[in-house]
Amino acid sequence: MNNDNFKVADMSFSSRLIVGTGKYKDFEETALAVEASGAQIVTVAVRRVNVMDPNQPMLVDYLDPKKYTYLPNTAGCFTADDAIRTLRLAREAGGWNLVKLEVLGDQKTLYPNMVETLHAAEVLIKENFDVMVYCSDDPIMAQRLEDLGCCAIMPLGAPIGSGLGIQNPVQIRLIIEQANVPVLVDAGVGTASDAAVAMELGCDGVLMNTAIAEAKDPIAMARAMNLAVQAGRAAYFAGRMPKKLYADPSSPLAGLI
Amino acid sequence: MINITLNGDSHKIQKGQSLFDLLQDLKLDPGKVAVERNLEIVPKSTYQDIEIDDGDRLEIVHFIGGGKTI
Repeated sequence: MNNDNFKVADMSFSSRLIVGTGKYKDFEETALAVEASGAQIVTVAVRRVNVMDPNQPMLVDYLDPKKYTYLPNTAGCFTADDAIRTLRLAREAGGWNLVKLEVLGDQKTLYPNMVETLHAAEVLIKENFDVMVYCSDDPIMAQRLEDLGCCAIMPLGAPIGSGLGIQNPVQIRLIIEQANVPVLVDAGVGTASDAAVAMELGCDGVLMNTAIAEAKDPIAMARAMNLAVQAGRAAYFAGRMPKKLYADPSSPLAGLI
Repeated sequence: MINITLNGDSHKIQKGQSLFDLLQDLKLDPGKVAVERNLEIVPKSTYQDIEIDDGDRLEIVHFIGGGKTI
């Protein structure tokens, strides 16, 4: 487990948990939760500056971009064009190429629109972006995205913000087996055991936001997720025992009085 | 005075202002924002050289907390 670093786009991280920075009460809570999670990569959104009130606190004042790798996302984009435009701005604002692409297809399910996602990925990769991509749990689509040159494949475990846990372990497993780039479960994690399940399946990492931000105590949950991801990773390497249909005593029966 | 559209709202500004001047007037740290002018990204290194024209449509954005969706 030593030197078991998460590598993506020529960068290396000791943490395999990526956290979102939305939905928190305030920036103080955001910073404390991120700290407790141990995450080294945080997702951020790109939005218009409030030009009427420029003195509003900014995220960068609470989460130092030199300490954390900012992963700009395209949350809220429903077309390839909007996503591309957003990430071009993000690159100019931040000065780095690593981005998270997410093109949504439906307001109710927030399920990804894979046609638009493929199109956007193609354009962005031509422009030298390192694209981590949110996608459906379809192994064929995952392969297409990898073939295009995406640097990480991030299928949903369940709908965004649902907290339902990993609904599709078979699909996630297939995607992991075939992939030559990191696979992360992005969306659907509700509590620590869900994160551990993802890691036990062999995922390279987990991305979450709501599970931490909407916990009763977000900072405590951030700590729990940190441990769960590590525990799941350790269990994956340890190799679980085979499942059996009947009991198998742990104490020897020989010498029984 | 010239008219521009700034983050979707119309604004009047002095003629001859550079993008850098505008950011200063708005008290925005150029290091923390990105600017799109008429749908084209403006490289940070050119803020001083870009003179804002009448009718320009500017978007000034920054990073905010965000995970998924909105």
